[in-house]
Amino acid sequence: MSRDLLLFIAVFLACTVEGVEAVTIVLAAGITRGWRSAWAGVALALLVLAALVAALGPALTALPVGVLRLAVGGLLLVFGLQWLRKAILRAGGFKALHDEEAIFAQEVAALRGRSGLDGHGLDPIGFAVSFKGVLLEGLEVAFIVITFGSNQHNVGLAALAALVAIATVVAAGAAAHAPLSRVPENTLKFVVGVLLTSFGSFWGAEGAGASWPGGDAAILPLIVVVAGASLALAALLRRRHAQLLGRTVGVDG
Amino acid sequence: MRPLRALPRFLYEFVVGDDPLIAAAAVLALALTAAIAAAGAAAWWVTPVAVLLVLALSVLNAPRQGPP
Repeated sequence: MSRDLLLFIAVFLACTVEGVEAVTIVLAAGITRGWRSAWAGVALALLVLAALVAALGPALTALPVGVLRLAVGGLLLVFGLQWLRKAILRAGGFKALHDEEAIFAQEVAALRGRSGLDGHGLDPIGFAVSFKGVLLEGLEVAFIVITFGSNQHNVGLAALAALVAIATVVAAGAAAHAPLSRVPENTLKFVVGVLLTSFGSFWGAEGAGASWPGGDAAILPLIVVVAGASLALAALLRRRHAQLLGRTVGVDG
Repeated sequence: MRPLRALPRFLYEFVVGDDPLIAAAAVLALALTAAIAAAGAAAWWVTPVAVLLVLALSVLNAPRQGPP
């Protein structure tokens, strides 16, 4: 599997997860506060994000490749490990699973019954919620596009993967007109955590001066090792969770 | 001024997140990799080993820090 294909898959999956979360927030804002304000918030957030990628992407690709891989690989490694840690805790039962329907219901309940339109016919609350939701989820998308794209000197491919992912999620959200609860979001988060951690390790070590045995091909065994260890840790946590539950039931009973 | 004060906190939570041990271990692992590579020895194994160790430590400690 080529590095470009892996890059595309990693960015696509990460952006799908972030897209699902953003769509849930925008749907809640649009349904409760009106679509005009929700779309205005989305448009402004996308403008801010596009400006950020346009400014940072070329600036990063101008850096020497060693410095870039060390700095960006290190950042990606920390970011990926945090993501993977949460995914393992979710899989092991020690963190609540991400539930888009529950999040949607909470957002709708919070947004209903709050004050109305401003002088321009826009609802400031619907606008702000949409803007903030898309900006915050989009920042993670921008971070992944910039880090993966600049390291591979292919920001265009990373941006394309992100666009395809977001377009797919938005089309699915528009068709369903409901939160995309059927997307296996927790599994996707686990896979993305493995990919971010593996790429971060690979690029970070390369930037620090290490040479991988087999060159670029080393990324695949690295992904397998990180995935295997993560699955083993999740299984260990599940067993511990079951033991804790058994003990609690025993004490209560 | 509020956004300016909120920015460092946002960046910290965005990158470092719940467990600062992870960020510290990643920086240490890359520094050790650089030192070993500069000495002319094979250093590729340092980061994967550090990743596996810190992930196990962080994940297995998390249930002790709070109720499931």
